[in-house]
Amino acid sequence: MNDRTINVRIAGLGGMGVLRSSLILAELAFRNGLDVKKSEVHGMAQRGGSVCSDVRFGVAVGSPMIPSGEVNYLILMEEADLPLYQMDLSADATVFTASQIPLTRLATKRALNIAMLGLLSSELDFSQDAWRDVIHDYLPPKIHAANDDAFALGRAIAQGEKQ
Amino acid sequence: MTRKFLMGNEAVALGAFHARAKRGTGYPGTPSSEILDVFNRLGGAAAWAPNEKVAAEVALGVAFAGTRAFVTMKHVGLNVAADVLFTAAYSGVDGALVFVVADDPGMASSQNEQDTARYAVAAGVPLLEPADSQDAYDFTRLAFAVSERWKIPVLIKLTTRVCHSGTVVVPRPEDAEAPVAKFNRDIKSHVMVPGHARPAHRQLRKKLAEIAEWNIKEGPNRRIEGCGDLGIITAGVAFAHAKEAAPDAAFYKVGMSYPLPMKNLIEFCNDMKRAVVIEENDPCMRDAILAAGGNLSHVSEEMRFGELNVHRIRGLLSDDTPEVQPVPSGKPPGLCAGCPHDRVFRILKQNDCIVAGDIGCYTLAALPPLEAMDTQICMGASIGMGLGLRHALPEKDARRVVSVIGDSTFVHSGLTGLAEMAYNVPKTGHVLLILDNGTTAMTGQQEHPGTGRTLDAEPASQLDYAKVAKAMNIPNVFVFDVVKEKDAFEQALKNALAKNELTVIIARRPCVLAAARLGAQKKPKGGAL
Repeated sequence: MNDRTINVRIAGLGGMGVLRSSLILAELAFRNGLDVKKSEVHGMAQRGGSVCSDVRFGVAVGSPMIPSGEVNYLILMEEADLPLYQMDLSADATVFTASQIPLTRLATKRALNIAMLGLLSSELDFSQDAWRDVIHDYLPPKIHAANDDAFALGRAIAQGEKQ
Repeated sequence: MTRKFLMGNEAVALGAFHARAKRGTGYPGTPSSEILDVFNRLGGAAAWAPNEKVAAEVALGVAFAGTRAFVTMKHVGLNVAADVLFTAAYSGVDGALVFVVADDPGMASSQNEQDTARYAVAAGVPLLEPADSQDAYDFTRLAFAVSERWKIPVLIKLTTRVCHSGTVVVPRPEDAEAPVAKFNRDIKSHVMVPGHARPAHRQLRKKLAEIAEWNIKEGPNRRIEGCGDLGIITAGVAFAHAKEAAPDAAFYKVGMSYPLPMKNLIEFCNDMKRAVVIEENDPCMRDAILAAGGNLSHVSEEMRFGELNVHRIRGLLSDDTPEVQPVPSGKPPGLCAGCPHDRVFRILKQNDCIVAGDIGCYTLAALPPLEAMDTQICMGASIGMGLGLRHALPEKDARRVVSVIGDSTFVHSGLTGLAEMAYNVPKTGHVLLILDNGTTAMTGQQEHPGTGRTLDAEPASQLDYAKVAKAMNIPNVFVFDVVKEKDAFEQALKNALAKNELTVIIARRPCVLAAARLGAQKKPKGGAL
């Protein structure tokens, strides 16, 4: 990974698993020895409103919030909210949307957040084992299998689209 | 020690644990709510109090007993605990007392964006402002040390972006054991009658002068040289934003912002071609530096509104024209599907009630689609304001007024309101609804004296609201399950509105989020972060 800070924003509605997936991403970067900052607003998060979480990692990260125009990857779980974040995207930003994941292929739609991390994983230099370890550490054992499948599905879809 | 990735609130809890704090108390309030739960999980003794004032009094008692305590709250909670803070500053402490107060610039989840820094100046207590989780950990440790050294309460001001941002922390070895608690009879210091308080006031100013000297020489402040004309004085998370917005600037990062290291700041200003202060909320440091003769360049008044970020600071540094803040509107939060509050407010709306509301999830009933709450100012205000409306409005409208308060908020600030209701009765009587969902829902389902459980899920005495109302001589007291007994609830409300008597109706139904958690096992103790 080069010296530049990578900026990922995960956005959706309260209850979709935005905070959980941003915690997994931040922890993954942390375990890989990087400087990491993560920022979000709690309180209203469980009341169904729009929520987003910024995860920034690299050699040395400044602000915990991604500056406007510098979002490299946007994971958009609620597509109607794109206008909220559009102005914050960098010129070459990649946007992952929920519509890339066929919900019928998920064991449970609650695994959508992890499937979308699978999409993102195709763009980052972390090993699949490292991803799996963190996901297992942050989810209860009984849903590991469903989320492993969801992650693999997202990753395969993103890799298929890249080819 | 190995590095950790911690949220600011987790870092404060770990800092307090490593400082061997004997007890943590508080009242939940976003963005401060997680600190005590984490402290408890680490193995610390933590408890929710009915409100911030009581929490601060318990903590002061621990500190009078010669050992270490801290108290957590959100910024508006300090309004409630301020009575304790101002005189505890005079009395001082035998052990250590740390107030951890979380501000909410931008009001992500608050009713105002007041600045806790003003309280430090007004009460005369040292103020520490962490910029990230490492600071939150270090400054918590330091706060206990400063408090114990000068026998003075110390304030830590957090903000939403420190509380709820995760950054890397390298902890230090724990303190040796805290001082053993023992009773020290010291009536002159511990009883603030005028004759004792007059010398205590002079003593406080002497302590602050010493702390100011210490802050200049060895305070937690950092000067970073730059390679241009610009020098930025800043504190808190504004430092992280400003450093990214102006990487070439010189910085004076203030860690203890009251009393300020003024000599160093004046030197810094003099060394710069252009020096500015970048601070969130009130221009406290700017005003103090200007008053001391510091040479500062102007920054737009826009700075005091909302939270700062890299983009805004670039704008503030480049010119003084007011910036236009785009306000994107996402999906607003709402009451959960199946929320019992929803049913209550539908009934209030159907009956054309004027609703004096309060603070909690149910405040969301003021927003579309319900728009069924007419006032909300502060914790407990529903009762007093409802009574005021009843006293002043013409009879036809007075009869429509209902006060609505949640269970946790009732325990926090409603008991005295109910005493007023029983004592100064409006001509048309009054109706109070206590929405008892069995938890402090909005802040993350914390326990309180009405839930029957302590912070660590141990069984506890459970306040009985109906008995309280009866003991206060309220003639009509009812309890209904608002789902199972919806019609009976509505009929009782209609009857109450028609009478010139006092009525308290307890609308009981567990929170749908907390219901899933109830019956959950005891929280494990002694866990690692």
